[in-house]
Amino acid sequence: MKTIAHSPHAHAPVTVSRVMLTVMLALLPATLYGFWIYGWPAFNIWVVTLLAAVIGEAFVLRLQQRPVRPVLSDCSGLLCAWLLAISLPPWTPWWIALLGSWFAVIIAKHVYGGLGQNPFNPAMAARVMLLISFPVEMTTWIAPLDSAHAPGWLQGLAVTFTGAQVDGMASASLLGHVKTEFTRGIELQQALAGYYAPLQALWGNRAGSMGETAALLLLAGGLFLIARRIITWHAPVAMLVGVFVPSLLFSSINPVHYAGPLYHLLSGGLILGAFFIITDPVTSPNTATGQLIYGLCCGLLTWIIRTWGGYPEGVAFAVMLMNAATPFIDHYVKPRIYGRNRKGDSVSLEPVKKGA
Amino acid sequence: MNLFKLRGGVHPQGRKELAEKHAIRQLPMPERLFVPLQQHVGAPAQPLVRVGDQVLKGQLIGAGQGFISAPVHAPTSGRIAAIGDFSAAHPSGLSSPTVTIEADGLDNWLPTRSVDDPFALSPEEIANAVGAAGIVGLGGATFPSAVKLSLSRKNNVHTLIINGGECEPYITCDDRLMQERAAEIIEGVRLIRYAVGATRVMVGIEDNKPVALREMQAAAAGTEVKIVAVPAMYPMGWDKQMIRALTGCEVPADGRTADIGMLVHNVATAFAVRDAVRFGRPLVSRVLTVSGGAIATPANLQVPIGALVEDLFSFCGGFSQKPARMVLGGPMMGVELFTAAVPVVKGTSGVLALTQQEIGSTQAAPCIRCSNCVRACPVGLLPLELAAHIRSGDSGAAVSRGLKDCIACGCCSFVCPSHIPLVHYFNFAKGELMEQERGKLKQSATKILAEERLARIERIERERLEAAAKRKAAREAKKRAEQMSKMEVA
Repeated sequence: MKTIAHSPHAHAPVTVSRVMLTVMLALLPATLYGFWIYGWPAFNIWVVTLLAAVIGEAFVLRLQQRPVRPVLSDCSGLLCAWLLAISLPPWTPWWIALLGSWFAVIIAKHVYGGLGQNPFNPAMAARVMLLISFPVEMTTWIAPLDSAHAPGWLQGLAVTFTGAQVDGMASASLLGHVKTEFTRGIELQQALAGYYAPLQALWGNRAGSMGETAALLLLAGGLFLIARRIITWHAPVAMLVGVFVPSLLFSSINPVHYAGPLYHLLSGGLILGAFFIITDPVTSPNTATGQLIYGLCCGLLTWIIRTWGGYPEGVAFAVMLMNAATPFIDHYVKPRIYGRNRKGDSVSLEPVKKGA
Repeated sequence: MNLFKLRGGVHPQGRKELAEKHAIRQLPMPERLFVPLQQHVGAPAQPLVRVGDQVLKGQLIGAGQGFISAPVHAPTSGRIAAIGDFSAAHPSGLSSPTVTIEADGLDNWLPTRSVDDPFALSPEEIANAVGAAGIVGLGGATFPSAVKLSLSRKNNVHTLIINGGECEPYITCDDRLMQERAAEIIEGVRLIRYAVGATRVMVGIEDNKPVALREMQAAAAGTEVKIVAVPAMYPMGWDKQMIRALTGCEVPADGRTADIGMLVHNVATAFAVRDAVRFGRPLVSRVLTVSGGAIATPANLQVPIGALVEDLFSFCGGFSQKPARMVLGGPMMGVELFTAAVPVVKGTSGVLALTQQEIGSTQAAPCIRCSNCVRACPVGLLPLELAAHIRSGDSGAAVSRGLKDCIACGCCSFVCPSHIPLVHYFNFAKGELMEQERGKLKQSATKILAEERLARIERIERERLEAAAKRKAAREAKKRAEQMSKMEVA
């Protein structure tokens, strides 16, 4: 029997996989740059994370007796693994990547019902799990390589898969360094001296994960997504404002103790978080107003955790906290229906204001 | 002129280039016409002819019934071949009462009475002429126009808005009509304005129709009619969207356009009004677009009501490839046709034969909450949330979140990256609700009947007992009397 096709009989040229692939394209420059400055181990970690996601997703789909190919081909699992990979320390051991990847797709995504059903961003959930469970592996950073010390391909495999050490490479990330110095009672200006140059941060020539160093390339990727209408400006701008305003305020009151806005904006995973993580449609609010609130709170929480929290970086925690608040925001922030007021009652017969 | 900000909407590929350059042509009279008696919102018309009758073009063959209804006229001269059920232009394929006319090829008009100065008529006379001509909203709503006219007069309508939006992709019939018959349309617009006593008249035309805009501006020069270019977007042709764009006013959710003093008519309706009032000619044909990727030569045709869709296709050179889907109306809100053997009615603005490539894939994936639908909805609904409630069988929750405000424009389904048939869900739930409401009415009627029956049974029982008691009393009285008399005798 032929089924009746319902209107519309036309469709915009957009599919889920195309959305996901566009986001990956936007991530590509920053990722390639990360490979370049951290060498083969970074590439290995990226491969392990993505492969593990595909295998893990196929496995749970078989368990659920669901068709594997259509779900895998929407590319959402790959994107999630990619985001996780570039938020890991580039020289981390292979099993960290494997565990994180499986946790992301199996526990954080498919246990909740798969694509579209997960309340928490899987990549951030996995990162937080790893950070809490394996603090040493997750905070061992690597300084950018110069060609004299760069490990070759075989040596890179050894770093990733056997935990081989390469001398003189270990380094702290900027946020971690400042936090440690604070606990030793060293003041901000001293802690930053010789350790921090904003221009360097812009180009990402410093220790960190692949996704946090190249702020400029990530920003370009984010703007590309806005231009392609994959994401809107609301949440990213709100998150940057949420970090910028308190850091400006506090650093101008007490510059000895509080770092300035430039330091905050260009450090850690903020740009990655603002343009690629909190714009994850599944775990963020539906309306523009909702996204503004959500982004602003993500930014504020990030700054609060960085400034007063126990961990040097707060993006992942802030995102998880706000993910939990998303249904709450969606419940209260709804668009006004045509011909009705915000309460849902029919409007009176007065003409509405221009542009309302 | 300053336009007002609009919400939502989408910009589908116009595909109007297929048909927009083709001037309106007359469809050769088919041998048979199938004229449905219900082509409008409201009660169906009652047939006035019998099989075998000879009719002239424009002769009344079905009379309107009740307040909201419209009469139906013979689209050509000929013999009534049949009166009975015929497939209606509806995806269900169900049939509706239809008058079949065998054309005699002469196309003789019934003698009609022309009016030299229609503005000398009273507004009531104009409304009556429009009603008698069987004019309905030709934009697709098919609401009887005369009813709108008389209601507007009662409601003191001050603004008349003529909808030349034509936002549906592919469809170009209003565009061509405005290009070729602008003066006639403007006269029709002025007649409507005069009939309702409006003080302000605006014609909103999408800016993707520059020639139509120019022609209409030229024809309106020196009259009270104002031509306004509005941005091309879908659904610009939604009457409430057009009102919003031109005046910034919003129609209350519980009200109608007349409540804020506005009346909206389509350009094709204005053209038909002019024909009816000036020349006494009823609505027996309309201009429509035949288009789509599978049509050999797309066209804009003047088509007699009751011509079959397959007649149109074969006049347009048939198919250049096998169509994946035939659609009655535009691609955004039109309905799928399973057979081309259905008649054109007053509300038919176009017929399309689309290729698979034009339709796109229909395989649905899970919702990723991307909110494209929220941004696209011109009403301000949350389609993803409504659909989730409907999927879980909770249409009550969907209603409380505005299901009844949905206009089924299809913007949400159009932009959904997961290709979820959102509008389908909403129409399904609206159907469910109607069913529930009907069920409730039936239930309450049944309850009343049952209560009445119970009361009746009780009453009968009571009466029976009372009668029995009476009889018993009478019997006993009689007995006593007999005993008394016996005792006396003794």
